[in-house]
Amino acid sequence: MFEDLVSAARQMRKDIIEMNCLAGSGHPGGSLSAVEIICYLYNRELKVDPANPQHPDRDRFILSKGHSCLALYAALAQKNFFSKEEYARLRHVGGMLQGHPDRLKTPGVEFNSGSLSQGFSFAIGTALGAKMQDKTFRTYVLVGDGELNEGQIWEGMMFAVHHQLDNMVAIVDYNKLQSDDYCENVTALEPLMDKFRSFGWYTIEIDGHSFHDICCAFDRARKIKKRPSIILAHTIKGKGVSFMENAPKWHGSLAPEAHEREQALRECECEELQS
Amino acid sequence: MITMREAFGNALVELAGKRSDFVVLDADVAGGTGTHIFREAFPERFIQCGIAEQNMFSAAAGIASTGIIPIVTCYAVFASMRAVEQARNSIAYPRFNVKIAASHLGLDVGPDGATHQSLEDISIYRSIPEFRVISPADPLELQAALPVILDTEGPVYLRTGRSPIPEVYDCKDDFTIGRADVLREGEDLCIMAVGVMVHRALEAAGILQREGISCRVVNMSSLKPVDNALIEESARKTGAIVTAEDHNILGGLGGAVSEVLVSSCPVPVEMVGIRDRFGESGDTEELATRYGIGVSDIVNSAKKVLGRKNG
Repeated sequence: MFEDLVSAARQMRKDIIEMNCLAGSGHPGGSLSAVEIICYLYNRELKVDPANPQHPDRDRFILSKGHSCLALYAALAQKNFFSKEEYARLRHVGGMLQGHPDRLKTPGVEFNSGSLSQGFSFAIGTALGAKMQDKTFRTYVLVGDGELNEGQIWEGMMFAVHHQLDNMVAIVDYNKLQSDDYCENVTALEPLMDKFRSFGWYTIEIDGHSFHDICCAFDRARKIKKRPSIILAHTIKGKGVSFMENAPKWHGSLAPEAHEREQALRECECEELQS
Repeated sequence: MITMREAFGNALVELAGKRSDFVVLDADVAGGTGTHIFREAFPERFIQCGIAEQNMFSAAAGIASTGIIPIVTCYAVFASMRAVEQARNSIAYPRFNVKIAASHLGLDVGPDGATHQSLEDISIYRSIPEFRVISPADPLELQAALPVILDTEGPVYLRTGRSPIPEVYDCKDDFTIGRADVLREGEDLCIMAVGVMVHRALEAAGILQREGISCRVVNMSSLKPVDNALIEESARKTGAIVTAEDHNILGGLGGAVSEVLVSSCPVPVEMVGIRDRFGESGDTEELATRYGIGVSDIVNSAKKVLGRKNG
């Protein structure tokens, strides 16, 4: 039932590698770990319209871990928010695709994320704005695991529960690696589920590369009332490219060499759904 | 005398009765900023964000994206420093229609001391693209500015203030962003002042008049954009400028005025302001004297700049 998504995700991975090589920099590791989550959102979950990207009642997706925008750009291009010809000008002067998302330049982008934790609070604002106007659109925000180091995240965690924002879902791309090192070596995050639970969120733990898991998690979150939901999605940084998987150096900002590009594209083509 | 925070709270209530397009966000300082008056009148349009300014600023951008205008309120030290990166990256860079209203400006804060005395916020907000910076001189001007600020699309940093303040205006019905007000005409020099320094500038001009020195006094409530034309015209007309602000002399009003003058009409400028140091606890007027922003300091700077003009 997810064959179309498997194919879409495979194309997104290839696009991520292509964009990364065209730009000569970027953050491939955290983009590849988020592919299935973003792919599912744009193909099954979000009510968004490429012909009217600013529709006031659209669902909101905010990529709070803005450095992983290669995955977002791949999904938006696939959905025809803009042409793939824009890939060639990514991270170059005059291009619409910035190194971190820019809503004023790129159709479909909701927020200028990249400064970590601000997208999370922004999403809380869109969810609260919906409630205040009795609007039914939903807000989804993808947060990085390293991003949870930011104090602002925990300010927002309290606020979202206090205001009973059951119209928002946060997803943590838990690939266990951040810029410098493994998360547990930088500032230990565990026990994460206990932390989310104790803050009052409805918690769900999934395999973030399994469309089945992602589908079930969003379905469950939609039924939760009076509190926000958070999905802890276990992922693999660099997923789909063997030399990038779980390798701290592929956080960014760099790009594969020519021979690495060939291998990466070959491996992405063969990437199969794991569950 | 009404306090600036009461004036702010009252102005919000009056506006809320006329228009439903804005909400007020607070970081557990409603009594300090004056928004408690609004909370009592319009509880459903008041959002308590707790002592968490960073989340409040970014969430305000999110609220703005859904079509509501958020007026975000807290003390200026937190608005301009703790949450300034959120103001830049969540509000200004994506260009969301958020209004920041900051109270507790400069030594005017008084006994609470240096942690709460914002001496840097003008220079900080002036340097962020997209932000307009407005600092009314009295309750009437604050009341006149608020609807204009709400009608102006885009980020605004409004300095509301805190203390009782003598009225500068008898009546003030209009406010234009980017325009300065000549409050008193004069020939020998021009005092350009902002916020609590405007009434001190008027008092200083009265003293100088008795000594035979004629001063133009200008209220520079629009700090960004500044009124380039009036600054230039004042310099041409009087040939000497004194700037006055309850703020660090680095990067504030003195800087803004000088930036215009160096490229258009360089005349001697003397800056009255805090000389790059922190304040301390104390009575507001005593602090003004001790830190060089009292009426006598404006008088002395006027004489000094006249000496330079004629020397």
